[in-house]
Amino acid sequence: MKKTLVAGLFGLAVSVSGVAFAEPVKVGMITTLSGGGAGLGIDVRDGFLLAIKQSGNKDIEVVVEDDAMKPELAVQIADKMIQSDKVDILTGIIWSNLAMAVVPNAVAQGKFYLSPNAGPSALAGAKCDENYFNVAWQNDNLHEGMGNYANTAGYKNSFILAPNYPAGTDALTGYKRFYKGELAGEIYTKLAQTDYAAEIAQIRASGADSVYIFLPGGMGIAFMKQYAQSGVGIPVLGPGFSFDQDVLGAIGDAAIGVKNTSQWSKDLDNPTNKTFVETFQAEYGRLPSLYASQGYDTASLILSAAAKASVKDADAFRAALKAADFKSVRGDFKFGNNHHPIQDIYVREVVKEGDVLTNKIIGVSLEDHQDAYASECKM
Amino acid sequence: MQTTLLIEQILNGVQFGVMLFLMAAGLTLIFGVMGVINLAHGSLYMLGAFACAAVATATGSFWLGLMASLAAAAAAGAIVELLVIRRLYDRDHLDQVLATFALILIFSEGTRWLFGSFPLYLNIPPVLSGAVDLPAGARYQLYRLAIILVGIAVAIGLYLLISKTRLGMRIRAGQSDREMIAALGVDIRTLYTVVFALGAALAGLAGAMVGALQSVQVGMGEPVLILAFVVIVIGGIGSIKGALVGAALVGLVDTLGRFLLPQFFALFLGPSQGTTVGAALASMLIYIVMALILAVRPRGLFAAST
Repeated sequence: MKKTLVAGLFGLAVSVSGVAFAEPVKVGMITTLSGGGAGLGIDVRDGFLLAIKQSGNKDIEVVVEDDAMKPELAVQIADKMIQSDKVDILTGIIWSNLAMAVVPNAVAQGKFYLSPNAGPSALAGAKCDENYFNVAWQNDNLHEGMGNYANTAGYKNSFILAPNYPAGTDALTGYKRFYKGELAGEIYTKLAQTDYAAEIAQIRASGADSVYIFLPGGMGIAFMKQYAQSGVGIPVLGPGFSFDQDVLGAIGDAAIGVKNTSQWSKDLDNPTNKTFVETFQAEYGRLPSLYASQGYDTASLILSAAAKASVKDADAFRAALKAADFKSVRGDFKFGNNHHPIQDIYVREVVKEGDVLTNKIIGVSLEDHQDAYASECKM
Repeated sequence: MQTTLLIEQILNGVQFGVMLFLMAAGLTLIFGVMGVINLAHGSLYMLGAFACAAVATATGSFWLGLMASLAAAAAAGAIVELLVIRRLYDRDHLDQVLATFALILIFSEGTRWLFGSFPLYLNIPPVLSGAVDLPAGARYQLYRLAIILVGIAVAIGLYLLISKTRLGMRIRAGQSDREMIAALGVDIRTLYTVVFALGAALAGLAGAMVGALQSVQVGMGEPVLILAFVVIVIGGIGSIKGALVGAALVGLVDTLGRFLLPQFFALFLGPSQGTTVGAALASMLIYIVMALILAVRPRGLFAAST
């Protein structure tokens, strides 16, 4: 009796909402919710859950777990989610080293993995997989955008700086791939270094006309505060990661005027983005960051595919994902042959609106940009 | 130009060393007097930074924030000693490490619960912002000079406290023979709480001063804690003098290594590869120095007791 009642209610709900979802979808989200990098994971999660909530779709179940930025923990959680939670789709990982530990294994077991943030070059090139979709960017993209912008802005002598780890070397490689000027200096710092006095002294002595930094999270906050205090005054360029909503408040006015690149900005003029920014602010009481926008787009993509095909029919569901038939907060969005985005990379400037530091778009650096590894992918 | 750059880098090294000294002094004092390995020392550093940022934001005064950081860290140190550490004096080091590691997790998640996951804003007070001219055409940031002065003042203060006051006499006696001074009627339990709170206050002070330069966020204490352990191992565990010398050595070696090694290797290997090799070696340098010193003096430079 109870069962038929539930089924009846369910049928009623479906007919009322007017969308026939073939099958419930279970999504496992592994992301960083504790430790120094928690801000990024929380934004991805909140953006993701906001999109699901707005859709009103009750057939998407999301399980969220914290990887504490530890690869071994992420692998354990992925195993548990695949084997005992029986998820259909995995998503959520922030850091490239964790993605490399989890993704190849998960897709080999026939699960879909949708990346809301990390885009290591290996997974875009030779090791690309039909079940792996990246909804954010390939790691090099924003750096390439800034390298290109440095040329148009007339910079000819950049000093470049990044932490000494894979995403750091990818970052400077990406910048150098498009930047045509000379290098005044190139420094790799220790990962998680927080004092940049020695590097800033070298920048001062180098005679550079611009400084390009890739220092995510706390490293960027520390660098920018110390750089502003040192009075060096050479213009700073960076990817959006170092200058987004999650860190701007902590950097303070020292960030004003810094040019940075991003695939998204809160002032992008399209209806989806306007709704996203307004509802995110209403729901969580803060402005969304680019990470939140990526989480939101990832959920929108899943919703669009689930409306078209059953997740149990892997081929149909994959084709539905590949079609990317959803309204992205970035405006135009499509996948390349390697399931990485082909998208515009914007140049933004940090400005102060009232009391709040935020970004505004000042131009487009690369239009319909595809990553450099796509040709190595045999798909 | 090269000399002024070198002067600036040496000052950077000294400033880094002074900051490490504030951390290492408390750590070595606690180990020397109570025989406790306190992994949660980095959390007290974080607590100082958060207290300073919160109070400075609420009142608009960095100086009130600095006071708050000292008070909050000292209070947290005393509470931790009374509730947790007190039960660990007779246990072996493994138990102490486990318990204080648990404290790190509790402090980190507690801080996140109170302040959220996003870094807080804390800036240098306007009086100390900007740079000053030094002899030989060098310029140096005023705030960092102030940190160096505070560090030197703390070092002198600790020296006077330990060698000239009654409390210092008791601390020294506690280091030499715990049971004997208890038998002589000294209230050893209160002494321990005071020493722990003092060490915690120094960590809180370091956290607040450095928080204005860096980012105030959960987990900021642990990288510093590792370096502070390197310092006290080099200096000799339990010795304040050793902590001072070790901190200066680590600060200078690390800063100058980061600056000079890439340039040095660039002479042989060309700029690109030289920088990579130099940077990799520079990040290992202090551990290499520690290994060399321990090979010659296994108990550190100024071992407290033989």
